[in-house]
Amino acid sequence: MTELRGAFAQALALIGGADPSLVEIVLLTVQVSFSAVLLATAIALPLGGALALYRFPGRRGLVVLLNALMGLPPVVAGLAVYLLLSRSGALGAWGLLFTPGAMIAAQCVLVTPIVAALSRQVLEDLWAEYAEQLRSLGAGRARAIATLVWEGRHALLTAVLAGFGRAIAEVGAVLIVGGNIAHHTRVMTTAIALETSKGDLALALGLGMLLIGMSIVVNASAYLLKEYAQVRYG
Amino acid sequence: MRRRPFTVLLLPALALGLSLAGAMLAAPRPAEAEEFITVASTTSTENSGLFGHLLPLFQAQSGIEVRVVALGTGQAMRVAERGDADVLFVHHRASELKFVEQGHGVGRREVMYNDFVLVGPRADPAGVAGTRDAAAAFARIAQAKAPFASRGDDSGTHKAERAVWKSAGLAPDGARDPWYRETGSGMGATLNTAAAMDAYALADRGTWLGFRNKGGLVVVVEGDPVLFNPYGVILVNPARHPHVKAAAGQRFIDWLVSPAGQSAIAGFKVGGAQVFFPDAK
Repeated sequence: MTELRGAFAQALALIGGADPSLVEIVLLTVQVSFSAVLLATAIALPLGGALALYRFPGRRGLVVLLNALMGLPPVVAGLAVYLLLSRSGALGAWGLLFTPGAMIAAQCVLVTPIVAALSRQVLEDLWAEYAEQLRSLGAGRARAIATLVWEGRHALLTAVLAGFGRAIAEVGAVLIVGGNIAHHTRVMTTAIALETSKGDLALALGLGMLLIGMSIVVNASAYLLKEYAQVRYG
Repeated sequence: MRRRPFTVLLLPALALGLSLAGAMLAAPRPAEAEEFITVASTTSTENSGLFGHLLPLFQAQSGIEVRVVALGTGQAMRVAERGDADVLFVHHRASELKFVEQGHGVGRREVMYNDFVLVGPRADPAGVAGTRDAAAAFARIAQAKAPFASRGDDSGTHKAERAVWKSAGLAPDGARDPWYRETGSGMGATLNTAAAMDAYALADRGTWLGFRNKGGLVVVVEGDPVLFNPYGVILVNPARHPHVKAAAGQRFIDWLVSPAGQSAIAGFKVGGAQVFFPDAK
């Protein structure tokens, strides 16, 4: 109980203090997770759309695989990206290991299946509803995907937010490929793990509350934006 | 159905552009020095705050930024072997010598030492407090089957702990001896576990002094020469990994063993106590 009270006090002090090294960690966390989610969305929406509208051999297997990969353990994704980006790995020459770029790549690997699998479902349902109409208008499938993405944008936003939740909350992947280097690759979750290992549980929990707060701000903004867009554009 | 499907086609492209811009923004940041090296080191040096004390001094003097990846000694060595660090800064002499012998690193220097302490519950169920003989204390813990939290992660501290068991003629095994619990994690996590289940644990003094969640744990055995804990620093072999920043890495090593670096190490204190003792030759 004393820890919880201490954590609340810590969280408030952290927010009130605006400590520059904390601001740095918060900014990097947002930068890495936003970039990863944008990149993943750019890959996942066309992928989900293709799986929803096209029929080809192995499609079912791919859908099942994608659904299963929603549960990809972050530490496994991190290890795979580490081996790829390590100096002794296939892409070692890029020198990306232990940089924010590597963390974006690892989170992108985690988020892509989530957004792709969820958007596949959304777009498939919309396709069932509008297929005939779209065909009668003479729209090709690629064009139909684009239309359905626009029509389903509110449901798809939830899929993207689910991906964002995964990105900002995971610690296993960014710890391995980022290395938790102070002022360089330290994000909220790795800072929490570090403070826990130093035994400063109140500070760790305080940082955790701040992280939840950040997540709430992002989700609330997305919700308000959606409301605004609905009122404004119908 | 009515509007702007083309906007939607543009979205992925836009997203890609934005995320690349984000990645670029994330890369160069104002406070960064022009040159940097990556050091694979141990949790004991990072968690105690030693690097937080040393690195700004070195950077002010050399202009080189040092990026520390803090791992267990075993894992730090594997990262360095793969060429993912420029300098290795760890604490297990035998493995360090082997690392150099196998050609992974060059120019090993001894930098400093501290010591390990056996910590345990204040009630001391195995009755080991007061002795200076670590092996005898370990034997008594095994006899009493008192809970013992081991790192179990191939770190320098874990290797040192296994060495003490060996010198006591014992080889506890978590599968056979339920009182011997391998956490498989870092020093801090292991101390958290030990504090929660009133277990004994071997810890490096630096992490112990800086640790905030001691609970009912106290130091029960210290001062045995077998608990001596020397740190060495090695440049990753540039002949094997051409991208290694040999000049900057060597400059960091030279600074650590120079009078300036050595007195900076001696000047690092946790709660008024000196944690690491410089011993470069």
